[in-house]
Amino acid sequence: MTPESETRPFNAASFYAFLKEGKFMGVRCRENGNIYAEARPIDPVSLSSDMEWHELSGRATLSTFTCISVAPASLEAKGYGRNNPYCTGIVTLAEGPRIPARIAGVDAANPQTILTGMALQLDLSENDSEEPGLVFRPV
Amino acid sequence: MATTRSRRLARPVSLVGAGLSQFGAYPGKSSRDLFVEAFQDLQENIDTGITASDIEAGYLGNYSADLFERQGHTAPIMADWLGMTPTPITRVENACASSGSALREGVMSIASGMYDVVLVGGVEKMTSLPTEGVTDVLASAADGLYEVPAGLTFPGIFGAIAKAHMDRYETNLNHLLKVSVKNHENGKLNPKAQFQVTIRDMMERRKARAEQRGEPVPDWDDELDFLNDAQANPWIAWPLRLYDCAPITDGASCVLLVASEIADQFTDKPVHIAGIGQATGRPLHDAEELTSLSAARIASAQAYEMAGIGPEQVGVAEVHDCFTIAEIVASEDLGFFVPGEGPHAVDEGRTARTGDRPINTSGGLKAKGHPVGASGVAQVIEVYKQLRGEAGERQLENPNLEFGLTHNVGGTGGTCVVNVLQRG
Repeated sequence: MTPESETRPFNAASFYAFLKEGKFMGVRCRENGNIYAEARPIDPVSLSSDMEWHELSGRATLSTFTCISVAPASLEAKGYGRNNPYCTGIVTLAEGPRIPARIAGVDAANPQTILTGMALQLDLSENDSEEPGLVFRPV
Repeated sequence: MATTRSRRLARPVSLVGAGLSQFGAYPGKSSRDLFVEAFQDLQENIDTGITASDIEAGYLGNYSADLFERQGHTAPIMADWLGMTPTPITRVENACASSGSALREGVMSIASGMYDVVLVGGVEKMTSLPTEGVTDVLASAADGLYEVPAGLTFPGIFGAIAKAHMDRYETNLNHLLKVSVKNHENGKLNPKAQFQVTIRDMMERRKARAEQRGEPVPDWDDELDFLNDAQANPWIAWPLRLYDCAPITDGASCVLLVASEIADQFTDKPVHIAGIGQATGRPLHDAEELTSLSAARIASAQAYEMAGIGPEQVGVAEVHDCFTIAEIVASEDLGFFVPGEGPHAVDEGRTARTGDRPINTSGGLKAKGHPVGASGVAQVIEVYKQLRGEAGERQLENPNLEFGLTHNVGGTGGTCVVNVLQRG
């Protein structure tokens, strides 16, 4: 990691800038080792401000999910909606923390085929450079 | 710890009046029209009468007139249209818990000794935008930097909670739908409700309409059969369907709070604020559990402790059923049922008006309607009416009804306000 990237502020702009560069960066509390996928400047558990960037592996399991048929404008523009639902949910990262993410490569029109607990991997190829967001798919 | 210290009001506070506008979709009415309507209803319902000049302060819950109506700074406008100036009024915004939090501010302003007579209300004018616009405004109560970019909508977050509940317990889709059936049965008996109609009524209407038009008449056997038909009840965010979601509503609510020592100047039947609690929670992905809202557990513990009662003494409860799963989770977070028992309690009719644990006798947010900033105080009004024996056709028959509870959630559990009310 370059010194420049290490000094980026702990905020969402930095988080998504890293993602555009192909890096999934969370933060780690130097005081007690807690890891967060969100770029928090304060650890809400230890209450410490002594944070550092921490690269995440992108390995995860699916904790819970939903398949959305009434899409917000940004996803409707990508063709999702009543006739083409999409899956999104909460994933638990191999490093411990949870984070919301869209789940690609599953049949959102048949939610019973999607299994919580399934192994997932971050898919940066799905990332939209205009509106970046986390996308995972089954391994 | 903030959550364990015992807290008391410095002096007791009572409710002596309540007013509600009609809940529904009213194209010609703005926020101020709705709020005036609620206030005039309150005036008619105060035993000894009240005028705006008797009020010493006001607190208004309003989520987002800014985005719904392009109207900010809403509180002074409401005050002016009641004739309440120059009395101070303050707007409180905590998403769907805005008026729950406004009520708490009103209670504390009297308990502090600052005021004796305070108006607390809530208002939301939502139908000025099309459904997609309303969805976007509501989504702005979620985390715009981490939840929204993942495609999570409000129904989506509660859909994810429902899936987690189904994975962990024996909860199924019919348990969710039965919450909707029950709340519509109650809403039918509420003359202020947006939907004064049962699910069965709606099913029969659809059949009749098909017959009139000479179309094939659907052969639904009962409400659940109807609700399980994806044509009649489409998916919104699996496992939640249209009838699992509270509607888009215009409406306003208000109550008059006074120092208990002067309550008899307004009514012979005051309702006392026995306990109040409010807590803050983190977004679902950072929550301890995916099947429970920590803010609800903590706020209810605070309210029970202040009231000196436990959940078993609550005779009627209005809980925040923005989605059917939210009512089930609330019934567990409030201690009415152990985790996992909530869906079975619905199945067994325990939460119906005739059950041992009546929940949402008003019809809840689902059938009464959910003008978000007005809902917290509207919940308090239902419990107030039940405790005074003024709930009309939906009045509970329990002669020993003494305590009632309200549970008002903002966002997906970022805020929860719980009140315990006691018959005077």
